[in-house]
Amino acid sequence: MDTLGHLAHGFAVAFTPTNLLWCLVGTTLGTAIGVLPGLGPALTIALLLPITYQVVPEASFILFAGIYYGAMYGGSTTSILLNTPGESATIVTALEGNRMARSGRGGAALATSAIGSFVAGTLGTMGVAFLAPTVVKYAIKFGPAEYFSLMVLAFITVSAVLGSSSVRGLTSLFAGFVIGMIGVDLQTGQPRFTFGTAELLDGVDVIIVAVGLFAVGETLYMASRRYAGKDEIVPLKGSLYMTAAEWARSWKPWLRGAAIGFPIGALPAGGAEIPTFLSYAVEKKLSKHKEEFGTVGAIEGVAGPEAANNASAAGVLVPMLTLGLPTSATAAIMLSAFQSYGINPGPLLLTTQANLVWGLIASLFIANIILVVLNLPLIGLWVRLLKIPAPQLYAGILVFATVGTYGISQSPIDLVILYLLGAAGFLMRRFDFPTAPVIIGMILGPLAETQFRRAMTIANGDWTVFYRHPLSLTLLALAFLGLVGPHIWAWIQQRRRRGPEHVPGDA
Amino acid sequence: MSTSEQQASAPRLALPELLIGIGLLICAGAVAWQTLAIPVSPLYSKVGPTVFPYITMAGMIVLSLLLILAAIRGGWQPQEEKETPTDWKAMGFVAAGLVANLLLIQPLGFTAASVIMFVLVCFGFGSRHPPRDALLGLVLALAAYFGFAKALGVNIGAGLIENQLNALLGAAFSGKGG
Repeated sequence: MDTLGHLAHGFAVAFTPTNLLWCLVGTTLGTAIGVLPGLGPALTIALLLPITYQVVPEASFILFAGIYYGAMYGGSTTSILLNTPGESATIVTALEGNRMARSGRGGAALATSAIGSFVAGTLGTMGVAFLAPTVVKYAIKFGPAEYFSLMVLAFITVSAVLGSSSVRGLTSLFAGFVIGMIGVDLQTGQPRFTFGTAELLDGVDVIIVAVGLFAVGETLYMASRRYAGKDEIVPLKGSLYMTAAEWARSWKPWLRGAAIGFPIGALPAGGAEIPTFLSYAVEKKLSKHKEEFGTVGAIEGVAGPEAANNASAAGVLVPMLTLGLPTSATAAIMLSAFQSYGINPGPLLLTTQANLVWGLIASLFIANIILVVLNLPLIGLWVRLLKIPAPQLYAGILVFATVGTYGISQSPIDLVILYLLGAAGFLMRRFDFPTAPVIIGMILGPLAETQFRRAMTIANGDWTVFYRHPLSLTLLALAFLGLVGPHIWAWIQQRRRRGPEHVPGDA
Repeated sequence: MSTSEQQASAPRLALPELLIGIGLLICAGAVAWQTLAIPVSPLYSKVGPTVFPYITMAGMIVLSLLLILAAIRGGWQPQEEKETPTDWKAMGFVAAGLVANLLLIQPLGFTAASVIMFVLVCFGFGSRHPPRDALLGLVLALAAYFGFAKALGVNIGAGLIENQLNALLGAAFSGKGG
């Protein structure tokens, strides 16, 4: 098959000593930041964006992809041993994994999560390799109107469908739009939202936004919540080798998790929360050891969601590489790395940048192998990393935040913007506004605007173009359904629940 | 509305949430003001640079009204979050560290400003060993400066400490070379 030929070529790219080294650096760094609470792949990749001025695209994307995958592995270690999810996608792992660790089976929990991540990550990466060329075949027929409608759908799913409130999610998204529009309008050269200052003409760098929201905002939030309970590390007990029974209980959840995670990740909806929760629910229902769920910890409840998490992380790369459509904060920042190289991710990427794309996919297979080695035999190293005390950890995060921000242009104005965004990030964290839609809105908003104006120009200013094209109409209808559907559903449920209460004499 | 006493702990206006809603409305106002300030050439009257800003502004107004409505109905904060007292002292020290960094980074250079921020933030988070933290901060800031900034080719402000070290390193290397 064609894909296999491309993959073989990709492995030739990835197996050069330098690229293997980048992969090793990326996976190690990724595991470390995944383990450390308060640091995530989005923040780390944002801080490392200046590397795109130094090295060839292959090297930096292999590095970024290693960080991206590594953070997923590292995050589960923290969830299991600390009960503080290192990553939002590992919340579910903390449910059962931490209980397993408390009942002395931490070793098995870590093993099933690492091996499950490997199995699902490898399956997911294969999914990327085989699905991407197919998606491209369809995507190539997309006109600007379809693109715009697809982006609208992605906007709705990442902000309104996922998360706890569609109003707050959309608020974050619109804040991202405003940030994204700051600077010179690329089509007419008019300055927008600059408040008359020259500093804002170039726009606000995504590094500042990511660092402000994820590093400064998070640090302020943690400081404000210092008394709210202390985390204790559960000492690692139990052998890292799983018993035959544990293998038998793990392999099906791994495969099911991968089957749930990859498609959901690959949809232009993204997000790892939904597939992990879904996988958890499935495993709980199918398990023969239901009594272990929520008590001593069930291995299926770790194996399934961890696999789903990693498979969906791989799935997110499909819309990102084939359509240029990022559906997570990390993917959005990777997209801005493409932009910094002057590469436009889209249907043509696979042909015009074959070396880059297939080298990247091949390196993901290698990353998975490195990661399983890093995270099982070397687990003791990462456990030690968990012991870094919070004061020094957060102070250190702020030092790196300063390097990343001040390094852009040595302008104190950037630091002022950083702190303002940090304050906003604190309020968002405190009042439960999701932060990822801000990054996605800021990166994808201008792209959506470009497609919108292109479509309108082609159609001579005729608004109907967006619903005269059947595909575009379908996408917009799906977006509308995603926005309104859950509310109608909740309303029906509420009525149904309330119904019997009003029946007299019922209680 | 309902007269049953169960629901009598009726929606109380949630002030913080209300302020957020109003704040967003003010932001929408700022967006409107800045959009009106965009000079539009008649050539682009069809889909000019103002169409998206106006859509964004409209969206923000609707969203802020929905947030204000939610605030009037009692807000959306989970009980647990409401009951946790905010540690203003800790936040104050972190904020002080950030401001100190902002004010000192130009006169003193990155490393010195970072050390001061590091100590203040550690203190805010409850560490009571400022000298030890200062040493740690120095090591970390230098690692960030030389490892991170130099490797990435990022130029961050050099101050007294960096210049001395650069001179020292320069001397060492030229000594070896010669």
